Amino acid sequence: MTELTITPAPSLAGSSRHALSDTWTVTKRNLIRTRRVPEAIFFSSLQPIMFVLLFRYVFGGAIPVAGTTYVNYLMPGIFVQTMCFGAIQTSIGLAEDLHSGLLERFRALPMSRSAVLGGRTTADVFRNVFVILLMTIVGILVGFRPEGTIFTYLAACGIMLLFSYSLMWGFAYIGLAAPNAEVAQLMSFPLLFPLTFASTAFVPLSSMPGWLQGFAANQPVSVVVDAVRSLMIGGTYYSPSSIWKAIAWSVGLFLVLAPLAVRKYRKA
Amino acid sequence: MSLSRFSQLLALYGPFGRVVILTEMPSSLAVDARGLTKVFSKGAVRALDGFDIEVPIGQVVGLLGPNGSGKTTAVRILSTILQPDAGSAAIMGFDVQKQASSVRRVIGLAGQYATVDENLTGTENLDMVGHLCHLARGTVKPRALELLEQFGLSDAADRPVSTYSGGMRRRLDLAAALVARPPLLFLDEPTTGLDPQSRLGLWDVIEALVKGGTTVLLTTQYLEEADRLANRVVVIDSGKVIANGTPAELKRDLGATVLELTLADDASATTASEMLKDLSTKVTHVDGNLLELTVEKGPAVAAEALRRLDAADMPLLGLSLHEPSLDDVFLALTGQKTEVDTEALTASTGRKGRKAKETS
Repeated sequence: MTELTITPAPSLAGSSRHALSDTWTVTKRNLIRTRRVPEAIFFSSLQPIMFVLLFRYVFGGAIPVAGTTYVNYLMPGIFVQTMCFGAIQTSIGLAEDLHSGLLERFRALPMSRSAVLGGRTTADVFRNVFVILLMTIVGILVGFRPEGTIFTYLAACGIMLLFSYSLMWGFAYIGLAAPNAEVAQLMSFPLLFPLTFASTAFVPLSSMPGWLQGFAANQPVSVVVDAVRSLMIGGTYYSPSSIWKAIAWSVGLFLVLAPLAVRKYRKA
Repeated sequence: MSLSRFSQLLALYGPFGRVVILTEMPSSLAVDARGLTKVFSKGAVRALDGFDIEVPIGQVVGLLGPNGSGKTTAVRILSTILQPDAGSAAIMGFDVQKQASSVRRVIGLAGQYATVDENLTGTENLDMVGHLCHLARGTVKPRALELLEQFGLSDAADRPVSTYSGGMRRRLDLAAALVARPPLLFLDEPTTGLDPQSRLGLWDVIEALVKGGTTVLLTTQYLEEADRLANRVVVIDSGKVIANGTPAELKRDLGATVLELTLADDASATTASEMLKDLSTKVTHVDGNLLELTVEKGPAVAAEALRRLDAADMPLLGLSLHEPSLDDVFLALTGQKTEVDTEALTASTGRKGRKAKETS
């Protein structure tokens, strides 16, 4: 047995360094979990691929869009939809940790209080990067031809990741509030369906009834899809204002949702 | 390094690394809780109701009580997981509410629901805890391997925990609690649901830790466990302490030795009952040819009973002395049978999920 070593309680600077290293430790743990259950990644990738095929080859022919091919119109919508649905994983993961008692152990450790939520959301950002890569490849295989440069493409990816990161905090709240992981998942769908489908992700705004257009045009998913389309496709879809609006929505959502989730975590 | 020196050193560094001058010297109590009260479900459940407990440094205190008596709530408050509604508690001299981060640096917690990550391997679990306890870089891995070795998990070190047996999980959970070598260990029903062999193995491990100087607060429903491991036993029921003492004291105060004599026939049992009733502290009990006396000094009274029966030429077919068990004590105190039987049943139905906050 080695001698008992004593590290002094951290200073303020030390504790923020701990916050980062603790967040990274929890992130690694979540990533190992993902790697160890490859079925989860496989089947959660299957769903967006099905959506691509469904809209590209089944519904797409019936949806006229201006200025570009339907697959080009579709892919930014698919990207954003996939990330929104992926945020459910944030709520499921936290609900599982909470109800398995693991958060209990974390709470009795001298670790940073913010590391559990930080580590969960950071790991989910990594997952989203993977999803973007995969969906880009799938898109290109079915005829997706993004315009613009690699930089505008990366900027579009950045906006999507930012938005999905903000959204995760809302789903973190759901995961901590839900009685179990299954219910957390069920609670997520009624939120996600109107946001992703009553949006400009799959169909042009003009095809919707007037009363719906007001909601569909301004809700965050549409705004982010428009921003991504502006950067990836441009042309008719060029819309710098949607880029700023997307960033504003993301920052705004984060500022509201993150404190809610943190407060829920402290009480959970 | 001695434990008191350890707690002094820790006490000198405040939560922000500044040297803090303590108004009191570090106490010799590892746990000092007064009047803890916790109410759940908007007042419907008083999980703790003015609960006091003291655990001197270097000792093992057993917190004994039935399901729902408040044991787990007490441990959760003492380990800073839960805030009390009233009362106060100091761990190694640190206040659980105001100095929670200092408290977390001196405690280890292992629970009845082994809280290790199923998808991680044994090594990965201990590595994670080591990093989260901020062990010095380079010591995390050796410490993990040392613990896996110590707990007989080396062969399973690189297998995901989901492949572990219940006993292995529990050992890993205990190992995780020990990563940072905490001077104080909370063990919440450490052997509940384990098979007898795993239970004995875990008891050995806990005894070795205590020999090494670790202070332990142990909750249990198993009287045998408290009897074997604890220096002192605190009996809790409905969130209140209803008895407190060494196992021997509790048995002496509340238990009773029963002297059971088997006589030749029913009639001689009745005769013997008359002859010996002054030896019994309670009314004697005759059941067929069986006579039961409640006695204080078992062997001495048994010898006296034998002499009298021999003098009266009454043959004796059998004699036995039942020392009181903590079970008897517990029954006398709470009016409840202990839950060993129901516990064995639930254990056989598999691993229970963590219940909501109202667990005992």
